[in-house]
Amino acid sequence: MSSAAGVVAQEVLDEVNGAEVREEHDQRKQEQKDRMEATNRETLLRILYQMVLIRRLEEKAAESYSLGKIGGFCHLYIGQEAVAVGALSALRPDDYVLTSYREHGHAIAKGISPDEVMAELYGKAGGCSSGKGGSMHLFDANVNFLGGHAIVGGQIPLATGVAFASKYRGTDQVTLCFFGEAAVNQGAFHESLNMAQLYKLPCIYICENNQYGMGTSLERAMSLQDVSQKACAYDVASEFVDGMDVLAVREATERAVARARREQLPTLLEIRTYRFMGHSMSDPGNYRTRAEIEKYQERDPIKLFTASLKEKKLLDDQALADLEQRVRGEVDAAVRFAEESPEPAPEELFTHIYANQ
Amino acid sequence: MAVLTMRDALNQAMREEMHRDENVFLMGEEVAAYQGAYKVSRGLLQEFGDKRVIDSPITELGFAGLGVGAAMVGLRPIIEFMTFNFSILATDQIINSAAKMLYMSGGQFKVPIVFRGPGGSAYQVSSQHSQAIESWYAHFPGLKVVMPSTPADAKGLLKSAIRDDNPVIFIEQERMYGNKGEVSEDEEFTIPLGVAEVKREGTDATIVARSLMVPLALKAAEELEKQGVSCEVVDPRTIRPLDIDTIIESVRKTNRVVVAEESHPFCGVGAEISAQIMEHAFDYLDAPVRRVSGVDAPTPYAKNLENLAIPDVQRIIAAVREVAYLD
Ligand SMILES: Cc1ncc(C[n+]2csc(CCOP(=O)(O)OP(=O)(O)O)c2C)c(N)n1
Ligand SMILES: [Mg+2]
Repeated sequence: MSSAAGVVAQEVLDEVNGAEVREEHDQRKQEQKDRMEATNRETLLRILYQMVLIRRLEEKAAESYSLGKIGGFCHLYIGQEAVAVGALSALRPDDYVLTSYREHGHAIAKGISPDEVMAELYGKAGGCSSGKGGSMHLFDANVNFLGGHAIVGGQIPLATGVAFASKYRGTDQVTLCFFGEAAVNQGAFHESLNMAQLYKLPCIYICENNQYGMGTSLERAMSLQDVSQKACAYDVASEFVDGMDVLAVREATERAVARARREQLPTLLEIRTYRFMGHSMSDPGNYRTRAEIEKYQERDPIKLFTASLKEKKLLDDQALADLEQRVRGEVDAAVRFAEESPEPAPEELFTHIYANQ
Repeated sequence: MAVLTMRDALNQAMREEMHRDENVFLMGEEVAAYQGAYKVSRGLLQEFGDKRVIDSPITELGFAGLGVGAAMVGLRPIIEFMTFNFSILATDQIINSAAKMLYMSGGQFKVPIVFRGPGGSAYQVSSQHSQAIESWYAHFPGLKVVMPSTPADAKGLLKSAIRDDNPVIFIEQERMYGNKGEVSEDEEFTIPLGVAEVKREGTDATIVARSLMVPLALKAAEELEKQGVSCEVVDPRTIRPLDIDTIIESVRKTNRVVVAEESHPFCGVGAEISAQIMEHAFDYLDAPVRRVSGVDAPTPYAKNLENLAIPDVQRIIAAVREVAYLD
C-alpha cells in the first residue's frame, strides 16, 4: 500500500497513541466550541431535535414494551444518540448505512419516519420492514438504510460489499457501518478491514464503544482495548472520538467521509460512548454500578449539547420547550400509527422468501 | 453444439453472462491471476480485467459477505469457493444474511448472487476436503441449490443462476470437471432452475440421482437392463426448489424408487425426497424407498476405505434389485 492513500493512513495512524490522541482530542473540542457559531444554527437545532426525538421515541418504546405491545428483543440506544446523529449528519442522503440490532437511532437519523419505526417495533404491516423484521431488522430502501443486523459483526462484511459496489459503479457514495465494540472480536471485522484497505473501498467503520457487550466489559473480552489502534494492522486510517460530543462525532465523520468520497479509502472510527439502559429490555444490568452509570449520565450527550447551545445563545428555554413539545407530538402520533396499523396478513408469512415469485 | 468439459462449460457460462451484464463480477481465492484453483475461471481475468475478476484473500466469511452487500445494491456477484468445504466458514453470511435479507426487509432487498465451486467427494483428500453439504443449504428457504451432472446442464443452469434474483448455491462435483459432453453454443441457451430431467426412461424402477451419482446411476441402469430390469433415471438438477412433480410422475409409472446420493444419509436430501414420495405417492409404491448414500462416517483417506465410503454402481444395482424384490 504505497499510494497517496497509504500516506494519509500513515499520518493518522501516527496519531493513534492512547493518551496523545485523547489530548489532541481535548484540544479539538475547544476548537469545536469556537466553530459551533460557524455551523449553521438550523443544522445545530436539527441535530438536537433528532437526538431528542430518538430519546423520547425509545422512552415510549420501553413503555410499550412493558405493556407487552412490543415483543422479542428490544435494544435501546439511550445514551448513545450523539453517535448516530452526529455521524449521519455528515452524510448525503444517497449514502448508505448499515448497523446492528441497536438501530432505532440510526434509522430515525437516516430518515425513516418515526411512524414506520414504531410500527415495525409493534410488528405491524405499516412498519418499515412490513412487520417481518422487528426491532432488530429495520430496513428502508428509500433512504438507503440497509438494515439492522442481529448477528454480532454480520453487517461489517455486508457494508464492505456495499462500498465495493459504489466503487465498482464509479459513484461517489459512501457507506457507514456501525457496530459495537464486542463485534471487533469477530473475524468479520478483521476480514472486512483487510479487504477494505486492500481494495480501497469508501467504507467508514464506526465502532460504538459503549464498553460492554451484554454483561461483559471490554476489559474482560478484549486483549488490546484501544480499538482505534487495531486499524494499524490493516493500514487503515483511524480516530478516537468522544461519543458524548455530537459535534466531535460529526467532524470526525466529516473527515472520514472526505477520505472515502475523494480518495476511496476506508476509515475506522472508535467512538467512545455509554448505554444508559440495559443491553436489552430484559437485562437487569447487575454488572455495572449505579455510580458508574451516573458518572456517564452527567455527560449525557443531549444535556451537554443543550447546555452548549444555550451558552452560545443559540437556544433558550422557550425554544427547548417548543422542541420537546413538537417531539412529543410526533412520538404520540407514531404510537397511534403503530397501534392503528393492521397486523401483517397471514399470507405474508410466505411472501418475500424468493424474489420474482 | 460443441463437445466441452464441465470445466469449460462453466467457464463459458460465466464468460457469456459477464459479457451480457456488466454488473456480473467474479470474486474468490485464486480466481484471477492463478486462473482458478480448478481452472474454471481460466482466461476471465485477461478478458474482463481485474475490476471484474478479483482475487480475494483467504477470507471466506469476508468475501461472501462482501458479495451479499454488493448484491443488495444491485451488483450480481459470482462468489467462488475454492471448494464448498470452505464455504462452511461463510455460512453465517450465506444463511443469516443472503437467505433472509429479502424476507426480513419486507421485500425491499433482494440478493442476486451465486456462490459456486466444487463440492462432494474428491480423490483421497480425506475428511475435511471430501464431503457433500448440499443438505445444509437446501434446508433454508431463501436459497436455491443447484447441482449439475453434465456439461450442458452445468452451462445452462449456471447461466440461469447468474440471471436469477435470488441467492443460488451452485455445487460443481470436484471429480466431474473433466467430464465431457455436448453443449449448446447459443448464448441464449439456459436451463430453468427447479426443473428435473429424466436422463433415461424406464418402466420397472426409478433411480433419483444428482451430480456424481447420475453417471453411476446410468451405468447401473445399463447393467440392470441386461438383467431384465428397466430403470428410469431422474436427475432433479436443482435441489431447491425441488421438482417433486417429475419424480412423482416417474414413481407412478415404476412404483419402485432408489435415491442415490454422495452425502451422508442422516437428514440428507435423499431423506427429504423419500419423505415427499411417501407423502405424495404412497399408494403407488410397491416397495419402501431405498436410499443409497455416502456412509455415515467422515470420508477416509485410504483408497480402499474411501471406495467403501462413496456409493458405487454395484450398490445402486443391489438397491434396485432389492426394491424390485429380485434377490
Ligand atoms: C454471533 C453472535 N453471537 C452472540 C450474539 C448475542 N449477542 C447479541 S448482542 C451481544 C453483545 C454485543 O455487544 P456489542 O457488539 O458491544 O454491541 P452493543 O450491544 O454494546 O451495542 C451478544 C453477545 C449474537 N447476536 N450474535
Ligand atoms: Mg458494546
